[in-house]
Amino acid sequence: MEKQELIPHLFRTEYRKIVAVLCRRFGFDQIEIAEDIASDTFLAAAQTWSFNGIPPNATAWLYNVAKNKARNHLHCNTIFESKISPEIKIITSEFHELDIDLSPQNINDSQLQMMFAICHPAISPESQIGLSLRILCGFGIDEIAEAFLTNKETVNKRLFRAKEKIRNEKLKIELPGPAEINDRLENVLTTIYLLFSEGYYSVSQNQTLRKDLCFEAMRLCNMLIENSSTNKPQVNALLSLMCFHASRFEARLDKNGEHILYDDQDVSLWNADLISKGAYFLKCATTGNILSKYHIEASIAYWSTQRNDTKEKWENVLQLYNRLLQIAYSPIAALNRTFALSKANSKAEAIMEAEKLRLTDNQFYFTLLGELYTGIDHEKAKCNFQMALSIARTPADKQVIQKKLDQLQ
Amino acid sequence: MDEFILIFRHEDGTKVASPEQIEVWMKQTMDWIGGIAAQNKFSSGTGLPFDDAKVVWHNNVVTNGPFGEIKETIGGYIIVKASSVEEAVEFAKGSPVLQGEGNSVEVRKIARRDGTH
Repeated sequence: MEKQELIPHLFRTEYRKIVAVLCRRFGFDQIEIAEDIASDTFLAAAQTWSFNGIPPNATAWLYNVAKNKARNHLHCNTIFESKISPEIKIITSEFHELDIDLSPQNINDSQLQMMFAICHPAISPESQIGLSLRILCGFGIDEIAEAFLTNKETVNKRLFRAKEKIRNEKLKIELPGPAEINDRLENVLTTIYLLFSEGYYSVSQNQTLRKDLCFEAMRLCNMLIENSSTNKPQVNALLSLMCFHASRFEARLDKNGEHILYDDQDVSLWNADLISKGAYFLKCATTGNILSKYHIEASIAYWSTQRNDTKEKWENVLQLYNRLLQIAYSPIAALNRTFALSKANSKAEAIMEAEKLRLTDNQFYFTLLGELYTGIDHEKAKCNFQMALSIARTPADKQVIQKKLDQLQ
Repeated sequence: MDEFILIFRHEDGTKVASPEQIEVWMKQTMDWIGGIAAQNKFSSGTGLPFDDAKVVWHNNVVTNGPFGEIKETIGGYIIVKASSVEEAVEFAKGSPVLQGEGNSVEVRKIARRDGTH
């Protein structure tokens, strides 16, 4: 790999590890220092490697520099010396020096604990995602701004507030005890899924960034599975769900970056490896008596990998949505259920049910009604597609709806 | 938004339906509840199986099943969110239980336990 590719790549994979380890070592309230040291390390790499070339073991080089910078910081910082150092010295006296442990085990533990710390209920959900992107995924402020479709100042402010909260609440970087782990895991899974959705449904034009977001979310989920205390059925269900979704990544956009609807996708572009991984994790998810919304969503996603429109498929999908909505209502699930109803029962029944939903600020609501009325009532179909067109926000969505209108003419 | 309980009352719980018929009713019930949940109006609910059912009478006399002396039995319930009893009644009208002659769905408002009831 060339230097100009290698450093961004290493930044994405190693920045978070260094921050997590240092943060755990310094305490969560020193998070900015941990970030500064990690950033300085990469700055040093960019400068040194230009002159001396890439070292044989680039990662080890980064860890060494980070360790030295951390030690220097610990030695030099006067506030640290006077306030915190006496305690640290007691802990580290047996190691004879201020040791920074960048072993794979400690990196993994630190990141896992970091995930639970970031997803503390005291931090707002949007900040949880922002912090996760920054600290766990090594995303730059620019990239976070692009993923959230907002500007750098907003992201900076949001991250600043979240860090302040961390300091004020004196959050600790640690795994919660067994009694608390299921509750806190809920937040962690929500954040991971939001992270994934941010990439999967993002209207950002940056394809690489979108895919990276999804794969980062899957990697974090995998880390939970690798740890015995967090390897729970719902975690496996979430990973299964993400595998099934991600399997269609290559088929969702055409060469011009335009959306290809599910029915028009080239099945040969679906990733068979991810589909079988999804099936594997879904199987792992069925080991307990927990039925989480992720279980149901993963089962629905499984049926999406079955392209044929069989009666069995749509009946199963309908019943899964019936269950899902009882556990976790969302407008999208309500709309999808109605579509499944039209396939499993009848269009007439689905129209009656759809009219009851009254999601009149939702473009997909009118798109669905347009679909349902197509072939039944030409005028009503047209009206609904036009309503959808008038409230659609992105050019991609408008294009899809326009195409449906054109087909009606 | 208030909560209302919709109680399914069967005229004669001793009637035995065929597995095929039960399957059809199950699907209809699931679709009916799914439709309420799709409007974000579902709170909770469950079936009340007749197996192992007991009735405890005055003086602690226990009899088998809820259908000893009485004819009417309760087969299950769901709790919905509705802004009025009329809306809850509209939900109840969709219940597949009503396909059985003599069956009924009782609609009752749930006390909020906030001092107003």
